[in-house]
Amino acid sequence: MTKAAELAKWGEVSTNGQVSGRRNIIINGAMQVAQRGTSQAGITVSANEGYTTVDRFGVFGAAHAGVLTAAQVADGPSGFANCLKLTCTTADTSTAAGELQHLETRFEGQDVQQIKKGTADAEKVTVSFYVKGDANATYQLELQDQDNSRFNAQTFAVTTDWTRVVLTYAADVDDGSSPFDDDNALSLRLVFWFNAGSTYTGGTFTSNTWHETANQRCGAITNFFDSTDRRFFITGLQMEVGSQATPFEHRSFGEELALCQRYAWKYGGNISDEYLANVGFYSDGNSIIFGQVRHPVIMRTTPTLIVVGSPKVKANGSATTGFTPVIASTSVLGGFIDMQKNSHGLTSTDQTVINCGATTDHFFFDAEL
Amino acid sequence: MRIDSARYALNPDGNNTAIQATIGGQEMSVPLDPNNRHYQAILKWVEDGNTIEDAD
Repeated sequence: MTKAAELAKWGEVSTNGQVSGRRNIIINGAMQVAQRGTSQAGITVSANEGYTTVDRFGVFGAAHAGVLTAAQVADGPSGFANCLKLTCTTADTSTAAGELQHLETRFEGQDVQQIKKGTADAEKVTVSFYVKGDANATYQLELQDQDNSRFNAQTFAVTTDWTRVVLTYAADVDDGSSPFDDDNALSLRLVFWFNAGSTYTGGTFTSNTWHETANQRCGAITNFFDSTDRRFFITGLQMEVGSQATPFEHRSFGEELALCQRYAWKYGGNISDEYLANVGFYSDGNSIIFGQVRHPVIMRTTPTLIVVGSPKVKANGSATTGFTPVIASTSVLGGFIDMQKNSHGLTSTDQTVINCGATTDHFFFDAEL
Repeated sequence: MRIDSARYALNPDGNNTAIQATIGGQEMSVPLDPNNRHYQAILKWVEDGNTIEDAD
């Protein structure tokens, strides 16, 4: 590169603000945080799918008979301690029309306003990541505008060695009137495609072009389910405004964890026989015991309370069973876990607390997109 | 997202406060918040002809 070209590139990077402040729009791109667990086997189109291992990354499929495992593993290119690994455990070699398999991370509209998508000033977006596989393969990364049902995809090659893929996506000016909504709802999906039927491949695919046609969404890609030998490894995922891929922006584990907790956080089960903090109980009407909870960060929206294992109520040091945890009076800041049981027999003089007797007992507050 | 079952839960005032659901085999308590993805999925499930059971 000539000095003039180098200066021009530097000027573009500087103008885009890529050398200052936070560049990477993606949370947990180094696959550091895995609050739900480090491995999930038996992922099908209807079981164990969604957010199961590495935070902020979900596995979603439709219509196929393949089965895979997702896992956070200690592997990566230099400078990365972790990656997300997908393993095909049951093959499905014939691809029917409606089949698809995705790995996705999703964004709130208010967090992607800087892209200016759908306006006259729309920006290019550059996505970079490190990948490898069990063999040469071709997969696809699509930007999906959820607010306006617009799509833009590019395929990329995978080899058996870690390589950094850089994909710059065209600015989507559209007609200048289709911006992302400025709110906490889903506006943008970053979608990796590993399998696609004719519903998505039947039309003419044009790389790096924004469009609204379902059967033009996916190009020629490898079917990840063509063999149980298939593996896919990814880490160092970064999305930034502009046409330049800058070095991956490493953030501390604590910072990434806090960012992830806006969407999900684990309550209890960190040690065996854990008594949950921030819980004050009193008995009410002989049917409900209230446990007050404060979320560690303001969550995206009112979360679902997911019950894992068998958290219990302990009264005066003894475990009682048969309570059903119910989320109540809850906001993005906190609320209550109502432990409900008819005729539980406890009174306000009993000392009660939620207890997770094993690390397999805990709650998840889930406000994912 | 596979909805296996859904039943309303009451607060002490006797009003619906959440939906006790089993989704993909996982027990969960879903708030009545239109921005919550599980509540959105349950509403879609109801649109498809299913019914949320009344509270016990």
